[in-house]
Amino acid sequence: MSGTTGNIALLERTLAQAKAENRAALVGYLPAGFPTVEGGAAACTALLESGCDIVEVGLPHSDPVMDGPVIQTADTIALRGGVRIADVIETVRQAHAATGKPVLVMTYWNPVDRYGAERFAEELAAAGGAGCILPDLPVEESDGWRKAAERTGLATVFVVAPSSRDERLATITAAGSGFVYAASLMGVTGTRESVGNEARELVTRVRATTPLPVCVGLGVSNPEQAAEVAEFADGVIVGSAFVKRLLAADTLEAGLDGVRELAASLAEGVRRG
Amino acid sequence: MPSDYFIPDPEGRTPDATGYFGAFGGKFIPEALVAAVDEVAAEYEKAKADPAFAAELEELLVNYTGRPSALTEVKRFAEHAGGARVFLKREDLNHTGSHKINNVLGQALLTKRMGKPRVIAETGAGQHGVATATACALFGLECTIYMGEIDTERQALNVARMRMLGAEVVPVTSGSRTLKDAINEAFRDWVANVDRTHYLFGTVAGPHPFPQLVRDFHRVIGVEARRQILERTGRLPDAVAACVGGGSNAIGLFHAFLPDESVRIVGFEAAGNGVESGEHAATLTVGEPGILHGSRSYVLQDDEGQITEPYSISAGLDYPGIGPEHAYLKDSGRGEYRPVTDAEAMRALRLLSETEGIIPAIESAHALAGALDLGKEIGPEGIVLVNLSGRGDKDMDTAARYFGLYDGEDQGEGA
Repeated sequence: MSGTTGNIALLERTLAQAKAENRAALVGYLPAGFPTVEGGAAACTALLESGCDIVEVGLPHSDPVMDGPVIQTADTIALRGGVRIADVIETVRQAHAATGKPVLVMTYWNPVDRYGAERFAEELAAAGGAGCILPDLPVEESDGWRKAAERTGLATVFVVAPSSRDERLATITAAGSGFVYAASLMGVTGTRESVGNEARELVTRVRATTPLPVCVGLGVSNPEQAAEVAEFADGVIVGSAFVKRLLAADTLEAGLDGVRELAASLAEGVRRG
Repeated sequence: MPSDYFIPDPEGRTPDATGYFGAFGGKFIPEALVAAVDEVAAEYEKAKADPAFAAELEELLVNYTGRPSALTEVKRFAEHAGGARVFLKREDLNHTGSHKINNVLGQALLTKRMGKPRVIAETGAGQHGVATATACALFGLECTIYMGEIDTERQALNVARMRMLGAEVVPVTSGSRTLKDAINEAFRDWVANVDRTHYLFGTVAGPHPFPQLVRDFHRVIGVEARRQILERTGRLPDAVAACVGGGSNAIGLFHAFLPDESVRIVGFEAAGNGVESGEHAATLTVGEPGILHGSRSYVLQDDEGQITEPYSISAGLDYPGIGPEHAYLKDSGRGEYRPVTDAEAMRALRLLSETEGIIPAIESAHALAGALDLGKEIGPEGIVLVNLSGRGDKDMDTAARYFGLYDGEDQGEGA
């Protein structure tokens, strides 16, 4: 934790603080521009004000191959609304400025590559962003991005999966920073009835390779699941369940109430674990 | 003894060990798929070294598919091509009606070797889906085919064929509801079911090793055609032509001719309503390098890396990407890639039907339209070899509407 500078340090301090409180951190996800650019920024801020320790802001993509129907729907709404990368950066800026908490971007590699990795990293860091998660950028292809991220003080969070072999886990975690994103199951994003033992086993294998905190995502939607995952992970990541609350609401205000309520109950869940 | 039918790139020129053809290719996939993709690559390397694999594939290609496919000279059609001689490589005569079966049988054998009981695939025109459903019926594999909702409508005959063969066909309603979105949905299925499922990818795109192994399974097209044209004419053609969507039939024909410097390599991509209309799938003509479906290649995209929706009357070419080896051939100058509009393709479809008694797929008609121009450029002494990648039965509804054949009010050259 010590010696790191830049926005990544805030992310590391936040995760260390949760650990010091003997609990898992709560990490929320929402796409920028959903339901509108302003509404999305308000929702990300609401997450951080209501129990999330960290927020991942999604940069919507036309072809979200790793997302289930819920986040696909949100991405489509955001893109039809004309969301641009500048809006994503602005969402990060507002959510971070309003709360002082760490905010990352999660997206696919092509938008970042096309925008320019250097330019994207600089603008994200200048907006107070703490890092980036690029699930379809494998470690072997990540040199260019990682140099840009290191230079600008951003974390590069890699995703690992139950199918990752041990030697590969070591390679990935050695290249990553901030935390490790452990996918709880084999599948795309979305809420699930249960988060199985695969996640626990994966976290154990990841810990054998790295001192980085390990946060678990995919499928977690309620306080009971959050508590279960919090028993063995350093952070619990929730995305689709928040998106569902916004999708189900008739008005933005009702949607914000919905995500606040969910964040509060999940925050209670991670303290139970 | 080497097989006449399974002929992987003998020189091992491309791709490199990391799956790159020059600046294009690679493996941009979620971590959850890395182990599965690596397994496919490892199994393919083992299969290449195993004479029993080549023997089994050869037996299928000869006695099931009907290889070698014929080479047909089309003299009446060629009267419209500046007098050049035009030869068609008849992949439409393969079992299931297109070139797709070559790759499908190879990958179905790999699926068996990997011990996986289930196959998924994407399909645009339905030809890859039909071929995959066919192989799954033959080998007793479970089969799920993802197909864009728009394509299920315009290629309804092939949907019925797949279901007749016992496959589940899932219409995909996301995005542009065409081939791109069918691939997205197949990847989502694969991530969730990778333990027992092989993704039988249908074109020379996708993450490494798919561009290489799909190409290798289609190399037989060009190897046969090269031998046949030498036997028939005593010389190499001046140009080889094929349509390109993802690019599998094209690379299959082109690859054996790459070392022949005198042979022009020409791919024809779908220009839809015209490149300037914005409604097209002319990826190499107007696209720019980017990442789609697991590899770096030319992509139709906006200034922020969002993939733009393509358009073509041909479901099989209606795709905003292109195999990375074609991007490499374009940038190296070895390959030429040109756009052909819906109207030009439909005219060529009608012309071949009326002059030769061969109804081509709308996809292949793009190459035929291009060949008419190539013939005129090359002149009366020229020889143009075209890959007739598929037959047109599946397109009869589209063609009948286009030309007004149902109501007897034939629109002639089309609306």
